[in-house]
Amino acid sequence: MMSKPAAIETAEAAPASWRDYLQLMKPRVMSLVVFTALTGVVAARAHLHPVLMAVAVLCIAVGAGASGALNMWFDADIDAKMRRTRARPVPAGKVAGAEAASLGVVLSLLSVMLMGMALNWLAAGLLAFTILFYAVVYTMWLKRWTVQNIVIGGLAGALPPAIGWAAATGEAPLNAWLMVLIIFLWTPPHFWALSLYTKQDYAKAGVPMLPVVKGAKNTRLQILIYSLILIPVCVAPAFTGLGGLLYLVVSVLGGLVFLTLAGRLFASRAGDEADDRTGENGDLLYAVRAGSKDARNLFAFSILYLFLLFAAMLVEAAAGLSPMHWVIKLS
Amino acid sequence: MTEPQKTQSKEAADKARRGRNVALALGLVAFVILVFVVTIVRLGGNIVDRPL
Repeated sequence: MMSKPAAIETAEAAPASWRDYLQLMKPRVMSLVVFTALTGVVAARAHLHPVLMAVAVLCIAVGAGASGALNMWFDADIDAKMRRTRARPVPAGKVAGAEAASLGVVLSLLSVMLMGMALNWLAAGLLAFTILFYAVVYTMWLKRWTVQNIVIGGLAGALPPAIGWAAATGEAPLNAWLMVLIIFLWTPPHFWALSLYTKQDYAKAGVPMLPVVKGAKNTRLQILIYSLILIPVCVAPAFTGLGGLLYLVVSVLGGLVFLTLAGRLFASRAGDEADDRTGENGDLLYAVRAGSKDARNLFAFSILYLFLLFAAMLVEAAAGLSPMHWVIKLS
Repeated sequence: MTEPQKTQSKEAADKARRGRNVALALGLVAFVILVFVVTIVRLGGNIVDRPL
């Protein structure tokens, strides 16, 4: 399970620029991590010096980038087989695998040590755990082994708000873990919607994603089940002192749209074998697009929904708006 | 590979290396400044207020 596949070590292509090294850190993933971590820092409503606040978010971002570089080193063989990832610096031959690994290790150490020295060691410990969980547990073990890869591995992407909260206060109360739970439960429907229309890529690379192993119908059902669990959890912060009226409105209205899209996807043929064909039949091609469209819609809206939830929390906490009067005290 | 092609690829490699070195230098300088600023923020007030 932990065996390393033959790595792509060639660096004979065009010489690597600094942008290729930045690419190793998955800047788009980093931007989401920065946003959720910042929300964790601000939602803690602690009196933290702005410089230390910025350092906390920077450490979490660099830690996320480091685990991205380690992932790109280890997964170069898989990335080379998938259309979405084959242009990444290691499979493209721009950066040697060993250099990506070195960058990942050095940045991991720097981010954890700086977090510990500038903020506190609880936050540093959570950051170290997140990096190790993503790079070792998810990348080296779960991803190639189990259909539950992104469900369990999603914990790494879910932890930044708790790290941010811990950095601001030195503790991680239940409200911080509620933010983690939201991202954790959001990850499966988000990624499975994507994998429904990219499953040929995953199958070719030998990654046991749900649609590849259990089929599209089962995936659509599991997306619906996870969505039904996710939405009440997304609304919960309005009752625990984390979110106020704005949050309540955003989470309920967005949640209804989310459930509608998940219901439509369940009723669609997205990811079915017929959808995979690219025959000459015009009707069939139309059916392909119609099926994929429902998966694409849920995938796109899931990103918007998560962004809106955290934006609402961030705005309310930054503006100092009081939580609702019916609060169940969690922190 | 012809001679002009070799020269061209050497120039590209040199330019890329220069860019990487500049980025690394800027990163190191930024890190040093960051550690200095964090030290001032965390210790600054205490140093000013210490008993003499």
